[in-house]
Amino acid sequence: MIHQYKLNGYNIVIDTASGSVHSVDNVAYDAISMFELKTREEITEALLEKYSGEPDITKQEINDLLDDIQSLKDEKKLFTKDLYEGQAFNLKMRNPVVKALCLHISHACNLNCEYCFAAQGKYHGQSALMSFEVGKRALDFLIENSGTRTNLEVDFFGGEPLLNFKVIKQLVEYARSVEKDYGKNFRFTLTTNGVLIDDDVIDFCNRECHNVVLSLDGRKEIHDAKRPTPTGGGSYDLIVPKFKKLVEARGGKGYYMRGTFTHANTDFTNDIFHMADMGFSELSMEPVVCKPDEPYALTRDDLPVLLEQYEILAKEMIKRRKAGNGFTFYHYMIDLKSGPCIYKRISGCGSGTEYMAVTPAGDLYPCHQFVGDKKYLMGNVFDGITNDEIRSGFASCNVYSREECKNCWARLYCSGGCAANSYHATGSINGVYEYGCELFKKRMECAIMMEVAKEDE
Amino acid sequence: KKTNRIKTIETRDLSKSAGCGECQTACKTSCGVANQKCENK
Repeated sequence: MIHQYKLNGYNIVIDTASGSVHSVDNVAYDAISMFELKTREEITEALLEKYSGEPDITKQEINDLLDDIQSLKDEKKLFTKDLYEGQAFNLKMRNPVVKALCLHISHACNLNCEYCFAAQGKYHGQSALMSFEVGKRALDFLIENSGTRTNLEVDFFGGEPLLNFKVIKQLVEYARSVEKDYGKNFRFTLTTNGVLIDDDVIDFCNRECHNVVLSLDGRKEIHDAKRPTPTGGGSYDLIVPKFKKLVEARGGKGYYMRGTFTHANTDFTNDIFHMADMGFSELSMEPVVCKPDEPYALTRDDLPVLLEQYEILAKEMIKRRKAGNGFTFYHYMIDLKSGPCIYKRISGCGSGTEYMAVTPAGDLYPCHQFVGDKKYLMGNVFDGITNDEIRSGFASCNVYSREECKNCWARLYCSGGCAANSYHATGSINGVYEYGCELFKKRMECAIMMEVAKEDE
Repeated sequence: KKTNRIKTIETRDLSKSAGCGECQTACKTSCGVANQKCENK
């Protein structure tokens, strides 16, 4: 299976199963589109007719071009057959290991964000802070269930994690004290709204955190409208100076500014450019996740606007990169040469199998977006996984478990997408969140185009 | 190639890859794996 598209002056051909990418001229673009459907004679005739005004398009030239295409097919770089479905089955049977936890260190928040999927940080329950005892047990659970994995990841999440900063520090200290004994390497990340950032937090993050995710929605009026304080004031002026100080202290690396866009700012590239113009260079901007009847939900009419925005973003990023003031966008950070292996691409994000969320009480859920939904309670850190059916269901949830994905060119880039999005959109983790698919495919087209453009620079 | 009409970009051959599981598990909402890096190759 191949995917062909034209973007920003480039003709691009992607070979789905091998991951090969080709940048081609118009004649080759047309020849490839006909290659599996017509005979060589029919293709030659069609191309000679279409390009009759171009003297270099001769019968011999087309013959050579078709030989090139056949060679790429023989080398399994075009029209490659997908033989991975059996591996997806093997993956399900593999002995499961846990390698990452999302620690809900706080089910409380000091902001009152309108679109919060976690219901203002409380996940439809009571406010709660994780105790050191529960957190320590979670880290032990991770070590015990991680098999031979060396790199273990823990994200301090909420709510607002810094409301429980004392326990965060205790847990990191504990992890550092035992990791060498077990041959493990803990990598900590922190997701914060920034309100409580001070010098102590900055020192801690720079010493211990592999990555810091900083919530900022871009322009002040956009951010303040959606992320107010509990008394209704804006939070932009409070947090931006703190973010700048933290990022500067980190040397401008190992962080992401993470924004959310909604129906209110479908021109979200302006929010990304705003953050870039403030000096932030590691950027991420995500579509809101919510029920479709919310006033800020993205609508079907928004979709073409959003797709165009992703193209605008890619073109501007190329322009700025050439001018020497480039920035990165999380979803355009693909590495064609050293990207993930086929197993990773089949198994996806690992939710419910190698990645789980832990509530302040120690309950285990497949990921942070399922927390509070009792149907998806998997067990707890004291007793382990008590509902193995859920884990088994997530192990089976991959691109080959969905008919729609089997015929999609982007399946080995998205790995079937986000199980939580599928569940919230269709009622099943094996459903397909089509709106998200459209956005994802456009992001991939843009990201790959940017890599092709790099080759020209 | 016999012509210069197709430029093949260097990519990792998926059919020859792999899985060690050491790769990393920003977005928290719209996961794909395309932008992850392999740590072991």
